[in-house]
Amino acid sequence: MRRRNFLAAAGALYASGCNRIAETAPGASLLNAADGWHRAAHRLLNPPGALAPEYTTADISPFFRGNGSVNPGDGDYREQAATGFANWRLRVGGLVERPMELSLDDIRALPQRSQITRHDCVEGWSAIGEWTGPQLRVLLDQAGLKREARFIVFRCADELSGAAYYESVDLEDARHPQTIVAHMLNGAPLPVRNGAPLRMRIERQLGYKQAKYLTGIEAVASLEGIGGGKGGYWEDRAGYQWYAGI
Amino acid sequence: MAKHTLSTRIWHWLNLACVVTLFMSGLTISNAHPRLYWGKWGFAEGQEWLAVPRFPDWMTIPGHYSLATARDWHILAAWPFALLLLFAWVAMLANRHFTRDVATTRAERRPSAIWADTRAHLKFDFDHGGGKYNVLQKLAYGVVLGVFLPGMVLTGIAISPGMGPSFSWLIELMGGRQSARSLHFIFAFGLFGFFLVHTGLVLASGPVRQIRDMITGGRTDAA
Repeated sequence: MRRRNFLAAAGALYASGCNRIAETAPGASLLNAADGWHRAAHRLLNPPGALAPEYTTADISPFFRGNGSVNPGDGDYREQAATGFANWRLRVGGLVERPMELSLDDIRALPQRSQITRHDCVEGWSAIGEWTGPQLRVLLDQAGLKREARFIVFRCADELSGAAYYESVDLEDARHPQTIVAHMLNGAPLPVRNGAPLRMRIERQLGYKQAKYLTGIEAVASLEGIGGGKGGYWEDRAGYQWYAGI
Repeated sequence: MAKHTLSTRIWHWLNLACVVTLFMSGLTISNAHPRLYWGKWGFAEGQEWLAVPRFPDWMTIPGHYSLATARDWHILAAWPFALLLLFAWVAMLANRHFTRDVATTRAERRPSAIWADTRAHLKFDFDHGGGKYNVLQKLAYGVVLGVFLPGMVLTGIAISPGMGPSFSWLIELMGGRQSARSLHFIFAFGLFGFFLVHTGLVLASGPVRQIRDMITGGRTDAA
């Protein structure tokens, strides 16, 4: 028992030492910078167009779990859902030459990509599913990115604890061939739990990047002034890493 | 000649700090989803091979539940940990510490020799064997340096979705991402087990001299 108490005291002392370091300016900036080092290393080791692993239909998990919002009650979402999202619009705007507004039929009329990929939640679990939809880069090319655009922001219909969900990626992830605006999961329209009627798939990053209930795609020069300025709902709220490839 | 070279001593203590940081922040990450699966996917109760107990706050960094902060520490400490491990292996091969002191000889690997060494340990007799380390010590250090520590890095790479494109072979080799995550956990607890036994044996075999030698280097003739 005494040994356990000693271990507990040593553990608590070590943790409080770490917390002290995290409170100093150099400590905090080091902790903030580390995800950028991983991103640089990942980019060095994984060529821009190289694909995340794709799986076979036999690998698809029997259920695709949903986290965060799983049944939004915000705005007119429930009415939209009741009409099969017939009036859903996806706006493509911000720093683009030709802002667009697309219906689900417009999205389905674009060239489609289907991919069986693995979804990894930041908490640790994984599920595998087949996603179908147009590549984001096709939409961005149609709208024509302006030169100043550096990030793509994804706007969502759902709120969590009173704040609108949103996410963002840099242009390399936005233009990745597996980055698609998915409207189908396993050959059927997206279930509400998984982001109906549209969600992002950014296959080299964790689940919180895969914005659901997608209403807008916005090209921006900087993430400052958007939400809390850290590039995403969980980044603002809980301090999650903006680069979620780790 | 020093008992422990400078490179060994520097690596030993810095590696300890990295491993403790990674282990304690890793326990918070485990608490976020305390179930381990085999295979490519796994997300719900009933699919796990192990339901991991919740680790109490005093065992974790930051000392309360914050997945984001724990990941910050984990992601930061992974860098010095992996680079120091690379440094340790290069140094150990270059100065022949590995071949001279850690690699086992054919005579040592005989079951009778291992049994004799085990009996000596059970009698708390630590001054036996001709070389710097006895065979059980060599095997323990070999497994830690050759399997557990590099295993942490490789399973960590396999868990990271950003590494998927270039390392899908590694994910496959481990039997899928959830298997890699399980192995990450198993190796971490292998290291924790080593830590307990190692600390216990240091305490039993003259802790003041042992710790002093790992700081100052010590002398072989005094050992």
